[in-house]
Amino acid sequence: MRIYALAVYLFLYIPIGIIALFSFNAGRHASQFQGFSTQWYGKALSNPFVMDAFQTSLTVALASAVLATLFGTMAALALQSVRGRLRLAFDALIYIAVMVPGIVIGIATLIALVTLFGWLNPILAAIWPFAAKAPQLSLGYGSLIAAHGLFAMALVIIIVRARMAGMDRSLIEASADLGATPWGTFRQVTLPQIFPGILAGFLLAFTFSFDDFIIAFFVAGSQTTLPVYVFSSIRRGVTPEINAIGTMVLAVSLLLLITAQAILQRGRKAE
Amino acid sequence: MASLEISALTKSFDGQEVLRGLDLSVGDGEFWALVGPSGCGKSVLLRNIAGLVTPDSGTIRLAGRDVTRLAPAERDIAMVFQSYALYPHLSVAGNLGIGLRQAGLSRADTAEAVRHVADLLGLGPLMNRLPQELSGGERQRVAIGRAIVRKPSLFLFDEPLSNLDAALRVHMRIEMADLHRRLGRTTIYVTHDQVEAMTLADRIVVMNAGRIEQTGRPMDVYHDPANMFVAGFIGSPRMNFLDAGRLGRPGRHVGIRPEHITVSRVSGAVSGTVDHIETLGSETNLLVRTAELGFVTVRLFGHQEFAANETVHLDFDRQRELYFDAAGQRLR
Ligand SMILES: Nc1ncnc2c1ncn2[C@@H]1O[C@H](COP(=O)(O)OP(=O)(O)OP(=O)(O)O)[C@@H](O)[C@H]1O
Ligand SMILES: [Mg+2]
Repeated sequence: MRIYALAVYLFLYIPIGIIALFSFNAGRHASQFQGFSTQWYGKALSNPFVMDAFQTSLTVALASAVLATLFGTMAALALQSVRGRLRLAFDALIYIAVMVPGIVIGIATLIALVTLFGWLNPILAAIWPFAAKAPQLSLGYGSLIAAHGLFAMALVIIIVRARMAGMDRSLIEASADLGATPWGTFRQVTLPQIFPGILAGFLLAFTFSFDDFIIAFFVAGSQTTLPVYVFSSIRRGVTPEINAIGTMVLAVSLLLLITAQAILQRGRKAE
Repeated sequence: MASLEISALTKSFDGQEVLRGLDLSVGDGEFWALVGPSGCGKSVLLRNIAGLVTPDSGTIRLAGRDVTRLAPAERDIAMVFQSYALYPHLSVAGNLGIGLRQAGLSRADTAEAVRHVADLLGLGPLMNRLPQELSGGERQRVAIGRAIVRKPSLFLFDEPLSNLDAALRVHMRIEMADLHRRLGRTTIYVTHDQVEAMTLADRIVVMNAGRIEQTGRPMDVYHDPANMFVAGFIGSPRMNFLDAGRLGRPGRHVGIRPEHITVSRVSGAVSGTVDHIETLGSETNLLVRTAELGFVTVRLFGHQEFAANETVHLDFDRQRELYFDAAGQRLR
């Protein structure tokens, strides 16, 4: 059993370890270690294309995660009081959103948005009241944030709801008995209890967007996110620079998770 | 301090009648125990009184004031929950004080009141702990303290001791009695434990399927039950219900408690064989199989030796027999 578990872990982590290792390679081969160096990190960080893609990814991930968390939490709370067939329908839609392959979502979103823009742009041009030319709706930041936010929202709903299922109902009753207003009960009882779920949902939404390649590939328009950049440069061969980018993304993700964990621990100790 | 008057209270959930016209009148400062089988509506009744659910019809009056439609906070009632329902992110002090803070009391006054209650319940050394760092008994005490600190006119307890182990339960039972003696507040106490009900309460309410079967002093309910349900529900081991015709008694059923039957190895009114023996040290319970009356439970004082399948003879204490008609109502 232990050996089996060890094998699983090795299989999971060795490729990641190799990427991290070769990112410190002095030579320019991705498969032959020729001494330690951090030159590729310097190269990656001074590459304007990489930095531009990184900034795009960060902006999109942050914006979509905030939106997904906000609306996902609200939806989870509202769905509590929905029962029967309607509830079943909502549940099905949420799970479908999570289960449908990214490529389907990507293509469908692309077609839907292009069609929508095709209808809206002439209308917008017709009713535009100013002398200057009317703005054209097109793929870019907006479509990226919307697409990522929508699908991450389903994740947040599922996570927050799982957290709410484990909540002690009598605590809400006790709060009312102790004289709290409904808003006070939400702040003092519901929110602290579901907060770990909300935070976890936010982090997952962020990671989902930050790592996503397939949806971004279709709806990014003229924008380039980090995964899209990595994909396009891999076609010209894997360099230690790509490894360095991967390692940095990994480090940032780990740092985020550890920070979140620390906040959760502190929150539990406080007061 | 206040009396509680409930009249014609009804409540349904999804078309299912849970409370079917309840009337209850609790005197100022009295301690009432509410007992009944699982699902009979005890918790729902308490939640109606506390204002956590609104009744379909009927009125609830506290100290003469109609509180039926008031919000929980406006009722001057404090409830203690079976699961304690402590705020997991607040310390003991925070949990004790939150009700007062929410009622608009100043920080200083709250601290003062919290300290007083902490002394009363011996919670002083635990003030900075979180609920998860407390034992079951300590949590229970915090939950009680959180109710006491608000000085409500009415306390509601929903099986407050049922999550504690047997020894702690006995200890907390004594503390509850002591607390009630000192505070003298009107209290309604739901319990599954007959000993708690009998020893703590001034009055017992026996509920069944959303109705009140009987109310009365513990010993009145025990010795003078109104019907077969109450007679069977109160007392352990359960009262024997025997065929009145075969015994030549009035009515349909004869009720006799296991301790009101004597056993002899020589002679008696009814003979049977010992089917099962429970030896508890302080008492011995026998299940006797008789030909004419079926199984009869007998309770004997102290440790008594019997062998399985031994033939024994039973005598009933006729003074203690109760008679019931076919509908289960008591014949007097
Ligand atoms: N919010 C609710 N929605 C629907 N049905 C409910 C609700 N609350 C209680 N009930 C139903 O009302 C009935 C009485 O419940 P209640 O909790 O009062 O029982 P109880 O006497 O307290 O039982 P126990 O001794 O097991 O705690 C049960 O059948 C229960 O399923
Ligand atoms: Mg109950």
